[in-house]
Amino acid sequence: MAAEMIEVRWHGRGGQGAKTAALLFAQAVMATGKYIQAFPEYGPERMGAPVQSFNRVSGEPITIHCGVTNPNFVVILDPTLIDTVDVVEGIGANGKVIVNTSFSAADIAAKLGIAKEQVYVVNASKIATETIGRNIPNTPMLGALVKVIGDLDIKGVLDDTKKKLSVKFAKKPEVIDGNLTSIERAYNEVKNV
Amino acid sequence: MIKTVYSKGKLVAKTGNEVMAEAMRQIEPDVVAAYPITPATEIVQIFSQFVADGKVKTEFVAVESEHSAMSATLAACAAGARAMTGTSSQGLCLMWEMLNIAAGLRLPVVMAEVNRAISAPINIHGDQSDTMGARDTGWIQIYSENSQEAYDNMIQAIRIAEQAKLPAMVTTDGFIISHCMEVAEVYPDEDVKKFIGEYKPERFLLDIKRPYTLGSIELQDYYFEHRWQLAQAMRDSTKVIAEVGADFKKTFGREYDFFEKYKLDDAELAIVVIGSTAGTAKVVVDQLREKGIKAGLLKVRVFRPFNGEQIAKDLANIKAIAVLDKADSCSGTFAPLFTDVASALYANGITTPKLVNYVYGLGGREIGIKDLTDIYAALGEIASGKRAVSKNVEYCGVRI
Repeated sequence: MAAEMIEVRWHGRGGQGAKTAALLFAQAVMATGKYIQAFPEYGPERMGAPVQSFNRVSGEPITIHCGVTNPNFVVILDPTLIDTVDVVEGIGANGKVIVNTSFSAADIAAKLGIAKEQVYVVNASKIATETIGRNIPNTPMLGALVKVIGDLDIKGVLDDTKKKLSVKFAKKPEVIDGNLTSIERAYNEVKNV
Repeated sequence: MIKTVYSKGKLVAKTGNEVMAEAMRQIEPDVVAAYPITPATEIVQIFSQFVADGKVKTEFVAVESEHSAMSATLAACAAGARAMTGTSSQGLCLMWEMLNIAAGLRLPVVMAEVNRAISAPINIHGDQSDTMGARDTGWIQIYSENSQEAYDNMIQAIRIAEQAKLPAMVTTDGFIISHCMEVAEVYPDEDVKKFIGEYKPERFLLDIKRPYTLGSIELQDYYFEHRWQLAQAMRDSTKVIAEVGADFKKTFGREYDFFEKYKLDDAELAIVVIGSTAGTAKVVVDQLREKGIKAGLLKVRVFRPFNGEQIAKDLANIKAIAVLDKADSCSGTFAPLFTDVASALYANGITTPKLVNYVYGLGGREIGIKDLTDIYAALGEIASGKRAVSKNVEYCGVRI
């Protein structure tokens, strides 16, 4: 596996948009000039059941088509999953976890049993409620992920997301602005403390 | 940085199903008849939306089963239309009777097929048991490693089928490719339409000036000759496939052959495999090459017709070869791809490579970097004589 390839695993609950988040993230990152993959884990579809989706990002064409087992980044849309799913499986000592929570990174790290340096937190539910008007944390978590990965272009991501949303919500411009603000806020608010 | 190969190409993020539907939109067949089945449903679902939105002039026939889907498609084709469909797994099984008729009547139907395990037990995930079961029906079979190939293969399949006068199916691995979004390059509509050209059947039932009978009974008098012609058409189609591939490369820049050789020319150990696993195996080949191990890969793109002469040439100098089958034939002996590879080698006088057959991935069972690395390690031992060649199928990833 090429060293420069990034692998991401999203944890959410059925209906929370983990799949959509992976697809949106992939499209936005592709718009910044990278090769991407986005795919969900397919099983029985039940609202509220734990689900996963995955991304790969690379500067080179991606030929690998097996599952992601050692992700560099794990995004957790619903913090209650921490109690029921092994969300840190395969991340090793360098993998990073980004959690939608109001708790501190130290609290979450203690709960997960990993180093504090590996944990990033952002209150994406609060941001989504304030900007989009609904608790849909997947959109702001895009911004948090871009920030934590570090070498991705947030402006490119925002531009592409704006383009996509402008088509989808042509008659509801307030939805577009809310979504974009949520991404920007999470980008700025995600923290390691 | 992502880049296009064709000067007028456009990069998109699409799943295998989405690009197959996109190819169908650009091909704009006269008739599409289909019945939904996971994981191929999206292909015709997206296509039916194109029809509803007036983006294509295609007549879309929503039928009540796959048997009817293939019946309607081949009937439309016989009438003189360019006709397509899409299916998967149990759907293909239900088409079985009509698959043989499409081929026997020499109708160039083109089908998007998403590889999925067959029941029982019921399973929605990807393996190649469905199309391997249809390998002797007289259909051309083209397998795709990724979304890009699925799109390119669909475009080429139209010309191949119509020139060879044989039906053709283009496949992707269920979920692994059908539902994986990745970067694919699509070409302008007019360029695709120009490449495939207009369908001008030599004979067709709605040609009222030249009426003819299609599908009549033939007993001991002519049946054998027509079945020989069908088999001969499949043999002759290698030339068509090569020509269409060459023209595709000249037009759009991407190279397609019966097989793709990856670091194979100086390889001592090789895996032969079909579909998306080839992409993962390429990563393993690169890793082994960095360690100085002469690993290589041969991906089978066109399985029917099987170009035995070429594969024998390609594999002649390999010391040990693992043929990976994502289908088991329950034959008491080896699996489908291995049987064809071994026959091709022996028939062409190539008897030095040591061969081993692995069945893997049934019902979507994961095959990853470690599994493939282990297979190359086993090949190393077989090549050096440390390990004997098995006289039976080996299994990768099953709990026995």
